[in-house]
Parts: sequence; C-alpha cells; structure tokens
Amino acid sequence: MDLTALAGCLATPACAITQVSSGLIIGIFLFLVASGLSLIFGVLGVINFAHGAFYMLGAYFAYSGYLATGSFLVAILCGALGMAVFGAIFERLFISRIYGRDILMQLLLCYAFVLILDDLVKIIWGAGYRNMGMPPTFARPPVFVAGGPIPVYYLFVIGVAVTVGGALWYVIARTRFGKTVRAAAINPQMVAALGINTPLLFATVFAIGSLLAGLAGALAAPVRTLTPGMGLSILIESFIVTVIGGMGSIFGAFVAALLIGLTRTLGSIGFPLFVDGVMFTMMALVLVLKPSGLFGREV
Amino acid sequence: MRVGRFLHDLMFAAAALGVLLVIPVIFPAPWLRDFIIYVIAYGLLAMSLNLLIGYTGLVSFGHAAFFGSGAYAFGILMQSGAVSIRVAFVLSVVFSAFMALVIGAICVRLKEIYFAFLTLAFQMLFHSIILTWVPLTGGDQGLMGGIPRPAFWGIDLRSGETFYVFCVVIFLVCLLLLRQITESPFGYTLRMIRDNPQRAMFLGVNVYRAKLTAFVLAGSIASVGGILMALFASGAYPEFAHWTRSGEAIFMIMLGGMQVFLGPLLGAVVLQGLNHFATVYTQHHGLVLGIIILVTVLGFRRGLADFAYEYFAGRRRARTPAAAPAAAADEPFVREESRA
Repeated sequence: MDLTALAGCLATPACAITQVSSGLIIGIFLFLVASGLSLIFGVLGVINFAHGAFYMLGAYFAYSGYLATGSFLVAILCGALGMAVFGAIFERLFISRIYGRDILMQLLLCYAFVLILDDLVKIIWGAGYRNMGMPPTFARPPVFVAGGPIPVYYLFVIGVAVTVGGALWYVIARTRFGKTVRAAAINPQMVAALGINTPLLFATVFAIGSLLAGLAGALAAPVRTLTPGMGLSILIESFIVTVIGGMGSIFGAFVAALLIGLTRTLGSIGFPLFVDGVMFTMMALVLVLKPSGLFGREV
Repeated sequence: MRVGRFLHDLMFAAAALGVLLVIPVIFPAPWLRDFIIYVIAYGLLAMSLNLLIGYTGLVSFGHAAFFGSGAYAFGILMQSGAVSIRVAFVLSVVFSAFMALVIGAICVRLKEIYFAFLTLAFQMLFHSIILTWVPLTGGDQGLMGGIPRPAFWGIDLRSGETFYVFCVVIFLVCLLLLRQITESPFGYTLRMIRDNPQRAMFLGVNVYRAKLTAFVLAGSIASVGGILMALFASGAYPEFAHWTRSGEAIFMIMLGGMQVFLGPLLGAVVLQGLNHFATVYTQHHGLVLGIIILVTVLGFRRGLADFAYEYFAGRRRARTPAAAPAAAADEPFVREESRA
C-alpha cells in the first residue's frame, strides 16, 4: 500500500492528467465491451460469456485489415463490421438453439467458443505477441492539458466511444426499432404475434452487441498487445461493469466503466496488488446493497 | 429402508475402494496414480459444488474459494509446525466452513444470477487477499518451501503408494458423507427448495437456513479436496482460488450430469482426462475440449451421465408401459416431504 504516492500523483497536475486519461481509455474499452454484453443480456437474456473472445477477434481482424491495406479506417471497419457479421452468424447457428434453456448450458456453449476461438487465433495468427503499431495519422505529439500529456489517439478514441454510446442510446430509447427491441425484451411472443420477424430482430441485436466488442478490439489494437486469451481479463471486468452499472443499462455501463478504469490506473499507484480486490469489493457492495445495480431496473 | 440404503452405499463404496486399490497394482505407472489423485481432488470440488447446483439450485461461481482456503490453511498450519497433521486437517476444514458461513450468510439471500455474481466477487476478493498478503501466503509465487508430510495416524504419507491409499479412503468417506446428505430428509428439502422455494416456505421450511447449511457443507467438502491437492502438490497456489477453477468445476458438473449422484465425478474424469491427454497429443487442446463441450451441449443437451440415465430409463419404460407414471422421478419425494 502506498497511498502517499497516490496522493502525491493526484496533487501534481501532470501526473494526475496522465493517470486519469489512461484510466479513461481503459474505461472506454470496457464501456464498449460491457454495453454490448449488457444489451445482449437485456434483450435476449443470454450472458454472452464469449464476449471477451469477440473483443479479441475484433482486435485481430483489425490487425489483419491494417496489414493488408495500411488504412486504419479499413482496420476499424474490419474489426467492427467483421464481428457484427460473425455475431449474427453465431447467434443464428448456435445461440438461437439454447434460448430459454438452463443458464448453465448457455454458459457452457459460450465457454466452448472461448476455447475454440482462442485456439483458432493461435492457429491463424500464431501464439506470440502481436503489435499493430500506431497509425501514422495519430503518430504526432501529444496534446498538453495543464502540463499533462494526452496522446491524440486517446482523444480520438474517447470521441468515437462517446458518439457510439450516444447513438446506441438514441437508437434504443428514441427510434421505432429501439421500441421494438425493448418490447421484444419483455415479451417476444407478443412481438412475434404482431408480425415482427423476431429471429431477425434477435440476430440484429446480437450483431450490434458483437459490433461493439469488435469496435473496442479494433480501437484497442494500436495501444494494446495482441495475444490469444486477451479477452478473458476484459470479460471479467466487463462483468463487474455490468453488475455495478446495472444489467441492461447503457448509461450505467458508461459510469461504471469509467469508475473501473480510474480504479485500475490510480490503484496501480496506490495499491498495486489489491486493484482487483478493490474492484471486486465494489462489485460485492453493489450486489449486497442494490442487486439490480446503480442504474439498473429490477429484473 | 434408510438403513438398507446406507448399507447399499457402503457396499458400493467398498467395491469402489477395492477397484481403486487394485488399479495401481495392475497398472503400476506412476502417472496413472497421479492422474487419479487429480481426479479425486477436483472430483471432490465438483461433487460438493453439485450439492449446491444440482440439488439446491444455487449456481455458485465462487466454490473454488473453499478449495483454496483448505489448501492454504492446511499448508500454512503445516509449515508453522505448531500442530499435528490431524489437527491441521480438521482446523483447515473448520476454517473453510467458517468462511463459507460468513460468505454464504451474505450470498444466499440473493436471486439466481446475482448469487452467482456475488460468489464470484467473494472468490476473487479472497484470491486478491492471497496475492496481497505476501508474508503469509507467498503472494503470486504460492506457498513455497514444500509442505511436510508426517505420518497420519501411523500412515506414512511420504511414500507414493500409501499417499494414494490415503487419498482414496478420504475421498470415499467424503462421497459417503455427501451421499448421506443428499439422500437424507434434508437432501430432499434441498431438492424441494430447488424446484419450488415458495412451496418449501409455506411448508415451514426455513429456506434461508437450509440453503446456508448446504453452502457450508459444500464448502467444507471442497476444502478437503484442496487439502489433498496441497499435500499432493506440496504447496498451495493462488490459481487454486481463481474463478477459472470454479468455472472448471461447473463444466465438470455440466459434462458429467447433475441429476445422477456420481455425474460430476464422471465429468471430472472426462475433463481431467482431456486436459492430460489432449495436451500430450495436440497443441490445440482448447479446440478439442471446445468441440467436445459443443457436442455435449447441442447434441446430448445434458450431462453424459444424465443422458445415459434417461436413455436407459426410457428403454425400460418402453418395455413396461404400465410402469410409466413411476418415471416422474422426483415427484414422490416432494409428497413424502410434505407429509413430514
């Protein structure tokens, strides 16, 4: 424990800005993954245990897209849209067979895919570490805020995530499609009886959730090391985020993700060994005091 | 009736003891003995977890915390040299039971999915404490320096053969205990809570206390698995208490089957077997394991033992159509309970 170091860092603007901005970046990636997880759970009632693997695949798709074309835009599209297509196929072929079944069976099915996808990544891209490198567009000097450097890429990522999060909220809360999705979450039979193609709707929702994980992976690719199995740690953290923020709440996921991101970076100065301990304590406290999460509705 | 059932189980255990003792005589390869000890330790973890998942309907995602607490408490006590191995064994189980009591008291109030998440949180909290409390636990290196293996009631545990016998006997005693629990009136109360908690409550069952009792019992038996593992590996490691261990135990239950008593054990054999042999023959054991799980989930749609049980029950029913109503296996027990 070194809380004086933490206090010292927070007192210096340069250190505080650096830590907070890298905490925000961790939070942003977590938010994208967790909001997809939360969306899929909220509408389909499925806990997609393979969501971390989707994040990993998104990163590798982006990596391959970038190597093939050299364009970062193509890389992001590869990661995000590639995973959307993958998610839709995955839902149709596998997840749709286990709706309404035991939650453990869903878990087992998803875990099977975690194992399979990790090994497939090893076969296709190799077991070693991969680095995509910063695209030239963003390889420029950082922006200084109050003496603390913030990489330009971080600002770009934050911009993208806020846009995507806002768009997601707008689509779910304000459009006709969003209304249908919310109705299907409550009573799919009734929605189907009204002549809406629910299998297509479910596949679309699953695709959107996968797209978010893929986008997170693609955005993380330039600043993270790519390894098979990189999805596992982000998966467990996005579980913490969805629990703290509330299952099915996009805004809750946003707040909780930033909270966890900041805990990670500030904690690594103040209590490096007990960062996980603090995160799980927060999760336990929320579950004991308000099981539905800070911004969730009662399930 | 109940005594007869106990004798039946006792004879089954004696037969199992015979078979397990004969195996290393016929196949003296040390790896086979080690493999069986692995299956025993993780089998105890999975079997005790099934008391919660299969019998009570409590999906705990933090069961390996008690496996880890047993291993660590035992290792630390033995390394301190302050107590004999018997006392260390008992104290470790008592410590784990107490931990299960505290964690369970907080967790079992919660509904299904929240219960799973909260047990996960407590398990990872325990894991973090192990990592952080370096002077006591050795941190991420694990409890190093070896765990002494003095004689246990005159049984020399240092020799591989007698240690194997020791593990087998402890294992069978635990299984008999579990069997007694699941076949007792309390065991049927747990089944009723799983199937219809409200009805159980109306019948005057203290659902909270019954669930908590099951949680403590399961945690205690899991800690025995942890103790055996600590003795076998001569150390305790933080991975013992990681959530992936709990996940593996759940997969053992799902693979083997949760309705048949020995189902989770079958799952432990299959999963440990796959882990051991798939790594020998292929680099891609995740791929092999994943495809097997996929076939189980989408093909059999239930655990292997459950599938076999229902298959044979179905054939028997087909041969004697008159006996069909008896197939509703759990129904009479609920009625039996309501009379009590």
